[in-house]
Amino acid sequence: MTRKLPSNLLIGAVLVALVVAVALLSLVWTPHDFAQMNIRGKFAAPGAEHWLGTDQLGRDVVSQLMAAARNSMAVAFIAVLLGGSIGVALGLTASAVGGVFEEGIMRLADLGFAFPALLFAIMLAAVFGPSLSNAVLAIAFINIPIFARVTRASANQIWMREYVAAARAAGLGRFAISRDHVLPNIAAPIIVQATIEFAVAILAEAALSYLGLGAQPPAPSWGRMLSEAQTLIYLAPQLAIYPGLCIVTAVLGFGLLGDGLRDVTDPRLSRER
Amino acid sequence: MSAPLLQAKALTRRYALPRTSLFKPAPDLVAVNSASFSLHRGETLGVVGESGSGKSTLARMVMAFEAPDEGHILFEGQDLNAVSSQELRRLRRRFQMVFQDPFGSLDPRRSIGWSIAEPLRAMGEDSKARVDEALEQVGLTASVAGRYPHEFSGGQRQRVAIARAIVTRPALLVADEAVSALDVSVQAQILNLLLDLQDELGLGILFISHDMAVVASICDTLLVMQHGHTLEAGPAHEVLNAPTHEYTRSLLKAAKA
Repeated sequence: MTRKLPSNLLIGAVLVALVVAVALLSLVWTPHDFAQMNIRGKFAAPGAEHWLGTDQLGRDVVSQLMAAARNSMAVAFIAVLLGGSIGVALGLTASAVGGVFEEGIMRLADLGFAFPALLFAIMLAAVFGPSLSNAVLAIAFINIPIFARVTRASANQIWMREYVAAARAAGLGRFAISRDHVLPNIAAPIIVQATIEFAVAILAEAALSYLGLGAQPPAPSWGRMLSEAQTLIYLAPQLAIYPGLCIVTAVLGFGLLGDGLRDVTDPRLSRER
Repeated sequence: MSAPLLQAKALTRRYALPRTSLFKPAPDLVAVNSASFSLHRGETLGVVGESGSGKSTLARMVMAFEAPDEGHILFEGQDLNAVSSQELRRLRRRFQMVFQDPFGSLDPRRSIGWSIAEPLRAMGEDSKARVDEALEQVGLTASVAGRYPHEFSGGQRQRVAIARAIVTRPALLVADEAVSALDVSVQAQILNLLLDLQDELGLGILFISHDMAVVASICDTLLVMQHGHTLEAGPAHEVLNAPTHEYTRSLLKAAKA
């Protein structure tokens, strides 16, 4: 069966591939050392030596953007993986155990939702000091209730299926049923959610770094590049535009990819497997 | 006569309905009211009734998916609700179930060989040979084990579901509306398959259906239920030829029409 793939999936996949490729490339090669300062060569115009010019300290902009892509991906990946794993585990357990335990977990998730994410990150930074790892923890934390809810809602539907009853008749316990039947059958909505949360995490990392609560100098970050460029906005507006475009590209890419994946995997749209 | 394979003693199951008033206790729905029966090896007990008569609740209690509020279920002499959960899991290989919906009772993401082997794995054994044998017992070939449920028709899937149910060589098979979702011609094939397996394995079958015609064709004893109450019980030929209750007569009339 061939069905036309939705355009948001294709565009999202291309943008994500681009960002990920650049991030991976930065691991082995950047045009210059991103931290190498050259005061005499500051605010250089784009050219053969510096493709997008240099910043106020004479650092190569392309190299910084590439290294920042790597940081951004790493933060988003670890945060979503960490928060998602805990959230999925909680949601699965809540759904499998049911009763008071399920209610308790979900009310705790409501509590998590009630926390403004950025405010929580600021609180964490205030208590433990600003650092990239604290930013990761904050973003991971706000992902826990999101994944717990999605997982529990999807899992509850699977628990009503007859093949779950058949598994019980076979002598499987709740844990084994969650592992063998529930998780494989709710993988699609979880992957969709993870992709969308990836976009949110990139944006959150940029916002935290912009506020000085994320990546600390000299670690490059799109958000920090933005905040440094802010004071120079009339002198060198391009320094703010480049990281801004990078953030837009990455967030848009993951957002579209997530939406496209949802369109493809939504049971209301797809035929009986 | 030997001890019965399955014995139900005055089973009652109530469900709490939503409260109607803050000051009154939640009302009860009595899904099954004091049902009693016994089933021997090699016999088929039919439970008939319209939807809402409590017959599926009865099946769920026999499978120990839920406990009765009153009464006891004895399987091979053991009270299913008095044994430990480990012991119950060990016992489960001796009683298995075939479900109504052949599209819903197989995990769409697992090959049918995987699904059939599931009860074996749960017992800590995984025998490819046993899966192949079960497939052949239900009239399929061992070569289809790697295929997925969506590649099969409804009747074939029900054969797969039966293969899973007999793979542990159980003594009791609970069939809850096992042929209701199938075409009439396929129904006959599956019923014949169940009867053949009964002869071959000496299965006791608890056969639950709303269709008097289907029940009449395969059952030795009958239990007629309505709104949770047992209206009539006895050897199938007596109930079918000389029904004592008006409701049984109307079910028979509906089946003949």
